[in-house]
Amino acid sequence: MQELPRVLTSLDWNVQPPYLHAPYKSTVLRSPQKPLIPLPQTLSELTGPVYGHENIRPLDNDLTKNAVVNGEPVGERIIVVGRVIDEDGRPVPNALIEVWQANACGRYIHKNDQHPAPLDPNFTGAGRVLTDANGEYRFTTIKPGAYPWRNHENAWRPAHIHFSIFGTAFISRLVTQMFFPGDPLMPLDPIYNGIPDENGRKRLISEYAHDITEPEWALGYRFNIVLNGSRMTPFETKDA
Amino acid sequence: MKHMQTPSQTVGPFFHYGLMVEQDQNVLYDEMTRGQRIHIKGQVIDGKSQPVTDAMIEIWQADAGGHHNHPSDPNQAQADPHFKGFGRVDTVHNGQFLFRTIKPGRVAYDAEADQAPHINVRVFSRGMLIHAYTRLYFSDEEEANKTDPVLNLVPADRRYTLVASREDTGELPTYCFNVVLQGEMETVFFNP
Repeated sequence: MQELPRVLTSLDWNVQPPYLHAPYKSTVLRSPQKPLIPLPQTLSELTGPVYGHENIRPLDNDLTKNAVVNGEPVGERIIVVGRVIDEDGRPVPNALIEVWQANACGRYIHKNDQHPAPLDPNFTGAGRVLTDANGEYRFTTIKPGAYPWRNHENAWRPAHIHFSIFGTAFISRLVTQMFFPGDPLMPLDPIYNGIPDENGRKRLISEYAHDITEPEWALGYRFNIVLNGSRMTPFETKDA
Repeated sequence: MKHMQTPSQTVGPFFHYGLMVEQDQNVLYDEMTRGQRIHIKGQVIDGKSQPVTDAMIEIWQADAGGHHNHPSDPNQAQADPHFKGFGRVDTVHNGQFLFRTIKPGRVAYDAEADQAPHINVRVFSRGMLIHAYTRLYFSDEEEANKTDPVLNLVPADRRYTLVASREDTGELPTYCFNVVLQGEMETVFFNP
């Protein structure tokens, strides 16, 4: 009989946003509406792609340098640090984190972004980093600007950095957004407010980190991330 | 004390330059990989039957022997070192996607039973605050599908949405798997 890996917790729907959140209009036609089928956790769900340092290039964690053409990118330089842990508080090492964001003017380099704010020739706004043995990561970037969109009249996204995180298992995947403390656009944002729980929403606001701020160089922000953890119930087999 | 999970947010419309930088993430094999090469093609469709052109599909699957190159797989040592098992692709062209991979083997379900060959699928998109989980099964695995413990959890009249139909018109077997986000033919999605 083979030994089976630990069973993980499911998505916590008290914290995770629903598929349908009508104030965010694009959810209306893109939200599954039939009941979700509970998925047993087999080896297919408890495994996932394994990442290592070979997946990271030297400047991937410095967005102020990885796209330089003829000078430094414009804007407020920031350092973002954090720790990826599971619900039990255990660090998640070797988690691949990919980030992407608008530039200081709120413009994405993507060809479909028609916001008439300037592109920055020295900034693409994409980077990646691997967590270390303690689950910690760190990257340097430019503070993104607010971004207008057409969801409703005078709609603006609060400044945010997109995060994509691979935990150890197929079902530990997380794609989310990091926000900045004190942003007045957050209470008006239907994407942020799609999260049903107030404490859950607060999890997406980074905190200013003076211990990370470097004198005469860059402000620091801390953004910790929690992936699903172990479930206490034993693995069910048909003999159980 | 348990820590609260970090909530998901949409991948948004501009993920390409963050997540699609590496080329050919939709090709899972190289010349050394074991197994039958196959193509998987499909289209992501919304509740008005319109193509979703800013979705991202990620897949995760076992190798030809049914093993995963991952420490949680007790048979990791037997896993094909030339197969990573992960792929992703965008749907920029009319909502359509294509993967070039190998047919997975059967993965153990428990100590006695095996699962039918399948591929785990995640769907991300602008307009989805959290990704959706589904599974792809193969139309030419009728016998194995009948006894698959996961497929059998799905109401019988909806199982067809998870079974990719085989076409033999091209050079390689091609399996068609559309992802219907909403509506009468909505794909079965799972709660992991």
